[in-house]
Amino acid sequence: MLAYSLRRLLIAIPTILLLIVACFFLMHVAPGGPFTSERPLPPQVLANIEARYGLDQPLWKQLWDYLYNIVVHFDFGPSFKFKDRDVNDIIAQGFPISLTYGSLSFLVATAVGVSLGIAAAIKHNSWIDYFAVGLGIAAQALPNFIMGPILILTFTLWLGWLPGGGWNGGQWQYLVMPVIALATSYMGSIARITRSSMLEVLNSNFIRTARAKGLPTRTVIWRHALKPTLLPVVSYLGPVFVYVLTGSVFVDIYFSTGGLGQAYVGSALSRDYAVLLGVTILYGALTVVVNLLTDLAYAWFDPKIRY
Amino acid sequence: MLGKSQKAAHLAEEITDYTVIQGRSLWQDARMRFVRNKAAMASVFVLGLIVLFTIIGPYFAAWSNEEIDWNVMGDVRGMGMPSIETGHYFGVDDLGRDLYSRVIQATTTSLLVGLIGAATALIVGTCYGIAAGYIGGRTDNAMMRFVDILLAIPATLIIILLLVVAGRSFFMLFIALGAVGWLTMARIVRGQTLTLKNREFIEAARAAGVSEFTIMYRHILPNLLGVVIVYASLLVPEMILTESFISFLGLGISEPYTSLGRLIAEGAGTMGYGTLWQLLYPLTFYVAIIITMFFIGDGLRDALDPKDR
Repeated sequence: MLAYSLRRLLIAIPTILLLIVACFFLMHVAPGGPFTSERPLPPQVLANIEARYGLDQPLWKQLWDYLYNIVVHFDFGPSFKFKDRDVNDIIAQGFPISLTYGSLSFLVATAVGVSLGIAAAIKHNSWIDYFAVGLGIAAQALPNFIMGPILILTFTLWLGWLPGGGWNGGQWQYLVMPVIALATSYMGSIARITRSSMLEVLNSNFIRTARAKGLPTRTVIWRHALKPTLLPVVSYLGPVFVYVLTGSVFVDIYFSTGGLGQAYVGSALSRDYAVLLGVTILYGALTVVVNLLTDLAYAWFDPKIRY
Repeated sequence: MLGKSQKAAHLAEEITDYTVIQGRSLWQDARMRFVRNKAAMASVFVLGLIVLFTIIGPYFAAWSNEEIDWNVMGDVRGMGMPSIETGHYFGVDDLGRDLYSRVIQATTTSLLVGLIGAATALIVGTCYGIAAGYIGGRTDNAMMRFVDILLAIPATLIIILLLVVAGRSFFMLFIALGAVGWLTMARIVRGQTLTLKNREFIEAARAAGVSEFTIMYRHILPNLLGVVIVYASLLVPEMILTESFISFLGLGISEPYTSLGRLIAEGAGTMGYGTLWQLLYPLTFYVAIIITMFFIGDGLRDALDPKDR
């Protein structure tokens, strides 16, 4: 187990480094930059600005400095667009917000999805089952950017219960709609995966044995069926976390929560490569770490897996 | 005489009167299972109607998608609602353009994006996966490590990155969608190839002197087809979803082209003014397409891969 963890970690590190290098080059082959505007700057001014951001150095030198600063100082450099802020400031301001409602919707999607799936499987072919399956399919067809307008229409415009956007320090009224919008479609897929996995487990021999020796249904399900049921669900949680991260881009824009997504799309539109690069690397690194954790959790969950 | 009795003749008839039990091929079996799946068949029907609508719908349009109805533009809320008299069957959008034509255009775009994106992913992913799995060894290792690294970056971010770097256009959108879609496909195909390549019939082909390329093309590819088709059919709605997401953010297709995601974004932006039809028409089409695609994909999976149940 320890050796496996170490080996996985050793693969994760070069992956992140390669990710940084790839994104860096992709940005630098792009035509146009943050300083190209309709009114061309005088060449001397442009040269001065480029020197200020180190853009006049040869490419390998720029890459080296960039990597060095990230690895040693954890510094993503200055923003090209905002003169007085660097990328770290922007991330430090937006990321906690995105993380707050992101992890909340992750929890909601997992908890609701798993319970719905288990309930449907236990009461197979009853109205609970049909209800859960219908809900799961409907939820899957309603991704965050569809749920957003529907929620605002219902709760803000018609019912007037919840504020239509903003953050306000994370008060619960401001959290409800972003979390639901983000969680719905993943809740649907988690419910469907849990249900089919639970059905398969309930039909297997060891459950029949447990039933045959007279264990109460409750014990059979909680003690014996739950763990193998959750295996495929756990492996799906890694991708869900990534989807939640990218989905937060939408939520930040639509609900004006002030998270990282606003900075990301803003920088994409204004070609602020420094911010774009920083956020992509942050999300990419997070993804690698989460995938690592998922694999480790999987190894811990499933005693059959040997390394 | 022997065997001339009525009973014997009857018996002989009964014994010789047998029809050969017709074997069913994998594909006939799959087709039967698919046709029996009610949800999938209904979805095919609905999707067919939508496609038909995008084809013959334009002939009934009174306005093109770029014309601005100046009479209505000043008072979209009061005069731009869906009506037969003005020729705006679905109403007009915020700028006074006919929503009926725009919805048709957007639906076409979204369907095309889904199909072409999935087709790109399918071709690239299958070739890559077969090559990696069949060649094996160190090449396989290097190729799959590369896929792993690309898979580590959130797909939507890659697409946004590509669109920003290379400029927003139809062509680039297809490339970007294909660029992220093929990764999982390559993994699946490689896994299947690995199990196939050690089977006896491949060995037999090799012993008979068939070239490596022909083995991949003639013997491995057809056996992969089931899995590949199932995954591709699930990929189509995913592509449409991703494209709509990006268009919603304003980073996808740009005017005068439009897609359902873009129309939903516009409708969502103006719903506060009481012009709800601008949101509901594109939304209905969108949800209908996604749900039918899901059901068709599920039906195909049940039909082609019955083990998976």
